[in-house]
Amino acid sequence: MRDIFIQTLTRIATQRPEIVLLTGDLGFGVLTDFARRIPKQFVNMGVAEQNMTGFAAGLALEGHIVFTYSLGGFPTLRCLEQIRNDICYHEANVKIVTVGGGMSYGAVGASHHATEDLAILRSLPNMVVVSPGDHWETAEATQALLKHAGPAYLRLDKSAAPPTVRAGETFELGKARMIRDGSDVTLLATGGILGEAVHAGDLLAEHGVSCRILSVHTVKPLDSETLAAAARQTAGVVTIEEHALDGGLGGAVAEALLEAGAHPGFFLRFGLRACFSSVVGSQMYLRKVYALDADSIAERVLARLGSYSLSEDLETVAPTL
Amino acid sequence: MHENEIRELARRIRIHALRMTSLGGSSHIGAVLSCADILAVLYGCILHLEPENPKAPNRDRFVLSKGHACAGVYAALAERGFFSIEKLDTHYKDGSDLCGHISHKVPGVEVSTGALGHGLPIACGMAYAAKLAGATHRVFALLSDGECDEGSVWEAALFAGHHGLDNLTVVVDYNRIQGIAAVGDVLELAPFADKWASFRWSVRETDGHNHAKLMAGLSTVPFTPGRPSCLLAHTTKGKGVSFMENTVLWHYRIPQGAEFKAALRALENHI
Repeated sequence: MRDIFIQTLTRIATQRPEIVLLTGDLGFGVLTDFARRIPKQFVNMGVAEQNMTGFAAGLALEGHIVFTYSLGGFPTLRCLEQIRNDICYHEANVKIVTVGGGMSYGAVGASHHATEDLAILRSLPNMVVVSPGDHWETAEATQALLKHAGPAYLRLDKSAAPPTVRAGETFELGKARMIRDGSDVTLLATGGILGEAVHAGDLLAEHGVSCRILSVHTVKPLDSETLAAAARQTAGVVTIEEHALDGGLGGAVAEALLEAGAHPGFFLRFGLRACFSSVVGSQMYLRKVYALDADSIAERVLARLGSYSLSEDLETVAPTL
Repeated sequence: MHENEIRELARRIRIHALRMTSLGGSSHIGAVLSCADILAVLYGCILHLEPENPKAPNRDRFVLSKGHACAGVYAALAERGFFSIEKLDTHYKDGSDLCGHISHKVPGVEVSTGALGHGLPIACGMAYAAKLAGATHRVFALLSDGECDEGSVWEAALFAGHHGLDNLTVVVDYNRIQGIAAVGDVLELAPFADKWASFRWSVRETDGHNHAKLMAGLSTVPFTPGRPSCLLAHTTKGKGVSFMENTVLWHYRIPQGAEFKAALRALENHI
């Protein structure tokens, strides 16, 4: 995702001198091409995220479109007050980009995991929160955010789902994408873990469970309409995120469904339950440890479905689930 | 503006601020009185501003990083005609936009601050943008001394020094009293000038209540081409009201009743 993002940004920024890319001294080798081709539009701010973020606001208030780039929680939590006061309050046109969403940098340790960012960033007024699921979404989201004049957070993942795009499909910020239609259960995923959701959908299909799979690439603003429809049309809603359960995608979906009066037959959340990951392991290994992998998802969904016959009319089944 | 007009502007800023904090019931009069002379010089004869066009592209940018001294800036803006003097009476009152820490919703105000250590990074961004654009306007930021406890100030100072942002000037209101104690008892900043100089800034020190000296300092920026400028303005917190001077108490205390009247008398007679 990182490479797709920077390739997309570089291609556009070479034509648009108002775009400036700031890095908190991360992106070795990754940002080189951008810096070499358009050096005036690139600044390595040093390991100083507070200054980078306030500086970005100052540049944006002068008419620039500014991207801040760093890893894990460095460009978000370290400088959260600058994001809130300097960027969001001033509606400054700054896009905050993190690489290493979730446990992308699994073995590096909890300091480098971004596992509360969605919850924290989505609580900020004026902030758009985007977490692409595959490479196409990453490229499209990058372009869409350039068209959105205001603060945004782009969470990039080391993992990415296999290509999900259909011919002629268009991308819209704030609009969940139907990856696969289905009638029994809805799987909602945000970020690279979309790949696990798709795989879990395959496993569930083998058990005769028809899954609707939606990529919720924009966590804020949330596509309440599509989510409510899914809650009404399928027996249960399942949220999948590489993120703390508190306040993340699952929390956001629960809020939206309750507010819409669209009560799902059952509601399952996959995420990190109040913990720091202190186990050493790759992103894929840690997903297994925390039961966020496709097998774990399929297993828990099947268990939740229990002995209910999914071939029955949903209208009669759903209320009893 | 001539020096005598600056003196009168400073007097009026102090009186407005005293009235505003008293009427509205807000804190920080000591911090406003401390920097009133700096504000009078900046708004009186240093900053290029167009009150009828607050967003004029070639205006100088002023960032009040010590956002709690907003009453002084609101007063200066009203005196310069950005909005009516009468509006000042709404400060801190229900429905007003003149809140207790400076707000960018107010005409003439560039950015909202209040949480300390935010102004200098933003000012660096503005100065860098001017450099990128080849523009000749300047950026000024007024910081408090206590604010320099914040690491973000030094992140920005390091950046500005490295990049030689000579269109950026910091004025530090060096009154040696912070929120609830004396600077020297909390975190000593001395040698303060050396700190800035070691971050590759060109530093001067001056009497922050002497208009002629402030004018002389601020009209010669950049002090050194290729370097950001730092003017350490030695000030007295609560300047102009004897019982407010050099006291921690008047960082937060609201001037009311007999204290308000005594302070008003003192400021009306303040030269």
